[in-house]
Amino acid sequence: MKTVEEIKAAIEAAVPGAGVEIVSNPGPSAQHSLLIAPESAVAVATFLRDHAELALDFLSNVTGVDWPDKEIAEKVKVTRTVTKTVEGVEQSAEETVEETRKRVEPGYLEVVYHFYSMAKKHGPVVLRMRTANRTDKVQLPSMTPVWRSAEFQEREVFDLFGVEFTGHPDLRRILMWDGFKDHPMRRDYVEPDDYDYEPTAHDEVLKKAQAHQAALAGQKGAGE
Amino acid sequence: MMEAEGDLLEVSMGPHHPSTHGVFRMDVALDGEKVVRLKPVFGYLHRNHEKLGEDHSYLASMPYTDRLDYICSLTNNWAYALAVEKLAGQAVPERAEYLRVITAELTRVQNHALSVGFLLQDMGASGTPLMYGFREREKILDLFEALTGSRMMCNYMRFGGCRVDATPEWLDAARKVVRDLPGFVDEYEALICTNEILMARTQGVGILRPELAVSAGVTGPMLRASGVNYDIRKVDRYGIYDRFNFKVPLGDHCDVYDRFMIRLLELRESIKILEQALKDIPGGPVMDPKAKIRNFRPKAGEAYGRIEAPKGELGFYLISDGGPNPYRYRVRPPSFVNLTILEDMCLGHNVADVVLILGSVDIVLGEVDR
Repeated sequence: MKTVEEIKAAIEAAVPGAGVEIVSNPGPSAQHSLLIAPESAVAVATFLRDHAELALDFLSNVTGVDWPDKEIAEKVKVTRTVTKTVEGVEQSAEETVEETRKRVEPGYLEVVYHFYSMAKKHGPVVLRMRTANRTDKVQLPSMTPVWRSAEFQEREVFDLFGVEFTGHPDLRRILMWDGFKDHPMRRDYVEPDDYDYEPTAHDEVLKKAQAHQAALAGQKGAGE
Repeated sequence: MMEAEGDLLEVSMGPHHPSTHGVFRMDVALDGEKVVRLKPVFGYLHRNHEKLGEDHSYLASMPYTDRLDYICSLTNNWAYALAVEKLAGQAVPERAEYLRVITAELTRVQNHALSVGFLLQDMGASGTPLMYGFREREKILDLFEALTGSRMMCNYMRFGGCRVDATPEWLDAARKVVRDLPGFVDEYEALICTNEILMARTQGVGILRPELAVSAGVTGPMLRASGVNYDIRKVDRYGIYDRFNFKVPLGDHCDVYDRFMIRLLELRESIKILEQALKDIPGGPVMDPKAKIRNFRPKAGEAYGRIEAPKGELGFYLISDGGPNPYRYRVRPPSFVNLTILEDMCLGHNVADVVLILGSVDIVLGEVDR
């Protein structure tokens, strides 16, 4: 089978402006993947399926990965000019200090596709797509028109991660119920405190139950 | 529950109906007795298995995998162990590979014996054919209990081998069970396969064309009944499957009857593999001595590992960030993906056939809903 570099070159030759990047995998499995731009994703997908040598006719696995905002602390050397008063005379001097700066690397949602070929019996080829952010720009093109097997799996990614697939024929929740809010597979998901706890001998559960009961009592007191 | 919509009748089949093999619902729209729309509804058994996997260490997820497809815990163990071994670059000793093949093929035998039994049960052959399947399964579950301590929730495999070694007595007992298995298949075939009612009810019903099957990612006996030659044991040759001589049965009518027959034919091939594995099994350790049990932290990276489970391709996708828990733990369940084309197979058939078509998919809701 072709290597990821060869596949990248083939895609770039066939789909102009495809925007393909290789995401290397440092682990022993060495399953490297290709990051594709959402705008050209359907064209790339169709190319990979219909390519005579690759013939990726079998989309095996579709899944989401949540990468939340990351706060990165960096030590930066800063040179600044300071005014000092030395023996009654003002002097300006340069001094270098080390400062810790924090910057936030914006998070995104990622969808990972694992392809195989049933005709050529090779694989896997791994494709990834990333959303612009985790809040409002979470649209990605759907692969369902190209491979039917994405239908339920993309619904699951929509349900549990909140990625909206444009062009999906029937994008509804699949495992959670229709009225459910939020997306439980996100890393920052907090389960709602809206049910009664059955206290058990576990300290943690007991504490949670007491906090819950106290909150309920507080609400009642305020209402009466 | 029924509702009329114009001339169509909407029927909610399930979630509590014996033919749905668990808690599963199909919202069916009927024109007379013909199905014009069918939407599967599931999630009744959803416990977010994948989130649990991210909250526990790699090893702690092993017993949870037993509960995915609870009929076939040993193949679930193997798929997960295989993915983690790929992620960590872990080798497996030869005897453990043989034990994995033996337990996985025994699992396939008991799954298919049950599956054909349940299909006949769905058809209305109450009890007897199903109990024949259960009778064989019982012997295999006794073997599992003797080896692993549990009949269904085996929790047997580890990263780099198997948890306990099989005694010579156990291997003899397994050989005896395997020796008797062809008799069961012969008897079953003689009794059932040319049964007039079975043929009338299943031939030409629930046709799944190979092009659609490939596009929809259908795997396992379902796919091979549609004539597509794709068995991961042959394609990936994971473990030591390249050492065994066995065939991949294929169907050509793509209907419910073919799916039923493929399972019986696969039973025979599994028996062949079992005979060879039980003859050749070498001595030696069952765990790689370098395998790390405590403080197991694979290097950062990701891996997708898959096996041919009795129901189709069972895959695990893992991302490690170097910590003790997986950053992402994904199960690719075969019965979930195989349900994608349930509507396509049922359209135009009578409502009574829907039960049979669903039965021929062979689903387990523990795995569909996760």
